[in-house]
Amino acid sequence: MSEPVAQKTISVEVNGTTYEREVEARRLLVHFIRDDLDLTGTHVGCDTGNCGACSVIVGGTLLKSCMMLAIQADGASIETVEGLAVDGELKPLQQAFGDHHALQCGYCTPGMLMSAKALLDENPEPTEGEIRRAIQGNICRCTGYVNIVEAIAAAAEAGS
Amino acid sequence: MLLASVEYARPRSVDEALSLLAANPNGRALAGGQTLVNVMKARIAAPELLVDLNAIPGLREIRETDEGLELGPMVTYTQLARSEEVIRTRPILAEVAAQIADVQVRNRGTLGGNLCSNDPTNHLPPVLVAVGATMTVAGAAGTRTVPAEEFFLGVYLTAVGSGELLTGISVPQRQAGDGFASVTIGADGTCIANAAASMNGGVRVALGCVAATPVLIEVPSADEESVRSAVADAELDPPSDIHAPAAYRRQLAGVLAGRAVRQASGAA
Ligand SMILES: Cc1cc2nc3c(=O)[nH]c(=O)nc-3n(C[C@H](O)[C@H](O)[C@H](O)COP(=O)(O)OP(=O)(O)OC[C@H]3O[C@@H](n4cnc5c(N)ncnc54)[C@H](O)[C@@H]3O)c2cc1C
Repeated sequence: MSEPVAQKTISVEVNGTTYEREVEARRLLVHFIRDDLDLTGTHVGCDTGNCGACSVIVGGTLLKSCMMLAIQADGASIETVEGLAVDGELKPLQQAFGDHHALQCGYCTPGMLMSAKALLDENPEPTEGEIRRAIQGNICRCTGYVNIVEAIAAAAEAGS
Repeated sequence: MLLASVEYARPRSVDEALSLLAANPNGRALAGGQTLVNVMKARIAAPELLVDLNAIPGLREIRETDEGLELGPMVTYTQLARSEEVIRTRPILAEVAAQIADVQVRNRGTLGGNLCSNDPTNHLPPVLVAVGATMTVAGAAGTRTVPAEEFFLGVYLTAVGSGELLTGISVPQRQAGDGFASVTIGADGTCIANAAASMNGGVRVALGCVAATPVLIEVPSADEESVRSAVADAELDPPSDIHAPAAYRRQLAGVLAGRAVRQASGAA
């Protein structure tokens, strides 16, 4: 029988590092990642599930971490934007965002990158339509999206 | 935003989930969380216990039977959209699931959650009514089945009572075509109005966003004029809001019913 708990020590692997922390049941995954693990690349934008700035990949699934509880991620392996660069070297996808002016203020960028990564992991040669659909859950108020779509297409072409 | 304090349980079986709910009248099932977590942030709901259905084996299954499809309530929109069984047997479910929100919401949001939340703008309630689905509801007293047209009772209100769970959705074999049409706020956004249709001798049309629950209309024939006049005869009294005044929603209901029927009859 699984007893109700108000808090629990959870173990998660984030970008290859295992963390154990006690969390309250009410803790949102995004707050756990930012405030407990100090991985502040994942952003809180709207906090209502609309903007996608908090997007991360949990167990291979792209999701918005403001609508999942940290306690639900116990035992999971999580990828956040900090896991993209290797030894400080930007991944081609990240470099493409810079090269194509795919960001201005940068607030949406971590979520946008995770959505792009989830797309390219599954579909390395997306059409423009597929790219647009893949970032539908990520709102950018600076760019108008055109350069973001170009950056993702360029990263796909470069085989990132 | 922070949630109010809450307890959490992760049962491994439906029976265990039901006893957890029975022991705490202020408990709530947690499915994809794409509605529930947000209403908890806004403090519109403040359950004392969340009973997470995500670890119960079997609730995410999709099975093809002689009668049609047996769908678990925890089947996600992404699963529905991609399932070969669904695409073969009742493709309208896959087609509509693929139109809900965005990748992230489709990866987490569940069929059961969509039906149980019964937001009048949700995509799936009208579809399940049009295709004539049957819901299985489990509680302390055992299980019962409820036809889709009797399942939706009001805004955010269904036949699933306190302490109960939706445990299965049965969708009958397709006799002929199905259809769906909507006008949304932005591509794949929230519906301003929608209509689902299914041909089965007669024509079943279920209209969404025009009342607290899907409005089922049976039309004798599939021609546009019969459909339009059947919708007009239903004397809909839809809500007005910032997205559309009532008169516009009423107008859309007729137009969308026509489009859904056209798709269902293979003419679109
Ligand atoms: C940005 C955004 C956009 C959206 N746009 C749309 C849209 O365009 N169309 C649309 O249809 N939906 C939309 N949604 C809502 C989304 O589809 C939700 O996933 C859905 O309404 C609820 O499903 P869930 O699995 O997340 O359920 P949860 O949020 O976990 O639960 C919702 C309710 O159902 C109850 N419940 C869930 N499963 C069961 C069960 N098996 N038995 C008993 N009770 C149960 C819960 O207790 C809760 O009260 C959107 C959501 C977001 C965040």
